[in-house]
Amino acid sequence: MLLNIKNLHVSIDGKEIIKGLNFSVNKGEIHAIMGPNGTGKSTLAAAITGREGYEITQGEIIFKGQVINDWSPDKRANEGVFLSFQYPIEIPGVSMTNFMRTALNARREYRKLPPVSAGDFLRKMEEKKKLVDIQSKLTNRSVNEGFSGGEKKKNEIFQMAMLEPELAILDETDSGLDIDALKVVANGVNQLKSGENAFIVITHYQRLLEYIVPDFVHVMYDGRIVKSGGKGLALELEERGYEWIKEQFDD
Amino acid sequence: MGKIKKTVYPLEEILIRHFSNHFERLSSHDIPKVTKMRREAMAAFQQTGFPHKKMENWRNTDMEGVYEEELAVFDREIPFEKALSEIFLCEVHGFEARVLSVLNGSFYSSEEEKLTVDKNGVIVGSLAKAMQEYPELVEKYYGEIMQQTDGFKSLNTAMAADGVFIYVPDNVEVENTFQIINILNKPKLVINVRNLIILGKNARLRLLHCDDSVNHHAGFINKVSETYLGENAELELYKLQNLNNETALLNQTAIHQSANSRLKVNVLSLNGGLIRNEITDLMNGEGAWSDIRGLYLMDQQQHIDNQVFVYHNMPHCNSNQLFKGILDNEATGVFNGYIYVARDAQQTNAFQRNSNILLTKTAQVDTMPHLEIYADDVKCSHGASVGQLDNEALFYLMQRGIPFDDARMLLLYAYADAIIKEISISALRISIEDMVKRRLRGDLSICDRCVLHCSNPASPVIFDIDLSKI
Ligand SMILES: Nc1ncnc2c1ncn2[C@@H]1O[C@H](COP(=O)(O)OP(=O)(O)O)[C@@H](O)[C@H]1O
Ligand SMILES: [Mg+2]
Repeated sequence: MLLNIKNLHVSIDGKEIIKGLNFSVNKGEIHAIMGPNGTGKSTLAAAITGREGYEITQGEIIFKGQVINDWSPDKRANEGVFLSFQYPIEIPGVSMTNFMRTALNARREYRKLPPVSAGDFLRKMEEKKKLVDIQSKLTNRSVNEGFSGGEKKKNEIFQMAMLEPELAILDETDSGLDIDALKVVANGVNQLKSGENAFIVITHYQRLLEYIVPDFVHVMYDGRIVKSGGKGLALELEERGYEWIKEQFDD
Repeated sequence: MGKIKKTVYPLEEILIRHFSNHFERLSSHDIPKVTKMRREAMAAFQQTGFPHKKMENWRNTDMEGVYEEELAVFDREIPFEKALSEIFLCEVHGFEARVLSVLNGSFYSSEEEKLTVDKNGVIVGSLAKAMQEYPELVEKYYGEIMQQTDGFKSLNTAMAADGVFIYVPDNVEVENTFQIINILNKPKLVINVRNLIILGKNARLRLLHCDDSVNHHAGFINKVSETYLGENAELELYKLQNLNNETALLNQTAIHQSANSRLKVNVLSLNGGLIRNEITDLMNGEGAWSDIRGLYLMDQQQHIDNQVFVYHNMPHCNSNQLFKGILDNEATGVFNGYIYVARDAQQTNAFQRNSNILLTKTAQVDTMPHLEIYADDVKCSHGASVGQLDNEALFYLMQRGIPFDDARMLLLYAYADAIIKEISISALRISIEDMVKRRLRGDLSICDRCVLHCSNPASPVIFDIDLSKI
């Protein structure tokens, strides 16, 4: 098992948001997580990636057989966890090339490998930019600074392609994208997909799932996974909305 | 009539006594104007004494510690023994500069090089020597640009014996960068040093002005620099300050800008117990332009005070001020940005911005804009911010695998880069980039995997790969 989450409880400022969540992912799988706003999907992503302020009060997150509850975000990242942020932040003054090279070398050092050569690095940049249809200009700019919404999301997938994670979490990467950009993002994911990695795709819409076909669909509600099924469940949610789920679980 | 007796600090007494005991020697190189000014300035100093915290411009900078020190006045010429490079190794490497050394307040060179005239007519050397050889030049500008607004300037006028003199004639663009290196290498000195820099019409000069310590002795440097820019002249002035924690530096610079002259100032304060930079930009001609920037990186109990006064006295002038700082531990900072627009100074553009990152809860900064605008056709803006390191950005970088220390460094460096990238001399910029990285890095471990080769300055600093070239 690549990721195994057991009875996870997460609080923010003492308020419990994730309330006993169980979830597991194997290599080669794509999982979709759907659910109404405010049910804790982004909180789950933050807990898996080790964000400060998201306190695990109970339960375990096990990645590749090790409990990672107390690991720093960079250690988790270097072990292969990647998050495509729902709201990618702008970092003025840090150029994309500088950022990516530093990140890539951090990973290589973590694996006791020598730093990447300038030539290899540039070749890799070029190759991965093509994958998500990024024009050369983009990478000369500061991280996300002045990027359009679509460019920011593409940039997340570009970084994923550069870092080749084993587990990638895509938090609403589709929201705000037009259909062309959506296809580019989906195409990027599909090309990176292999038997050695896995994806967790958080989305509101089944639209993305037409292009990234999930093996499993989970419905999250009020801090728990309340329903799981195959890709048909996404269609059902699209048709029926979330009301029937809410009715079933609000008591 | 209850006349309140003002406290007389030990250092004031030392200075006043020195002045009367050594007046002959002090004024021995003077032109008559300067001697007269000395007497008047000393009388003014005896009236006002040192500035104190009740004065508006001194509210947040406390110099009491310096006033209480048992410092010795030093105003003698130092016989030339060996090149300054044997005493002091400059941190700024790899760029061609003409070095002018000022050791313990006096121009330090062999006798032949005390004052030289280049083929193009540029005169460079000791101010004391210039008073003797070019009295009419010194007479015309000396004391005309810097106003004696407080006791320190009066004190300097009374007691400064030497400093650097630079004269660039009309239409001469100086090719080389000039570099003034000021150092103290004796313990417990109080130094009054004075510079006079004159650029004629259409003249051009790049000047790097360094204040460095070579040891950990206490000292107090009271420096006044007067700079005159003729019509359409252009000056790029870089100030680099890397002093020990025991030193107090007062850097008082006034610049007269004639019509269409251009001034770029970049003040980089990397270390120093107490540093106060006063920059007074007098836009006295139409169409003058100035861009005044500063970066300060302070820690421990260091104190930095930047006071910028821009006077838009004439129409159609543009000025911009941008100061950024990072304060760690218990460091304290002050920014005081003053913009004055005279009634007739129409079509003025004047901008000012100060931003600060406090790395600890104990670091502190006071930032204050002061605008006095009497014209109506004016575009003017100011802004100040005090914040912490951006935690969202920090998490973003760490999520990509970059460890905390490196992520923090990247962000701090990116923050500082807005100032550093304005350094137009590329060899100087690379050298300063490297110093700033090392400053920010402190003693953290070697980080070759990071593109910011911080703790390994010998290896080339490869920063950005220019993708447009492939
Ligand atoms: N940083 C935060 N501080 C306080 N409350 C938060 C924070 N992040 C999320 N929450 C709260 O946690 C709940 C779940 O939010 P989130 O995980 O963003 O939901 P989703 O991603 O499913 O829309 C919401 O009630 C939200 O208000
Ligand atoms: Mg969310």
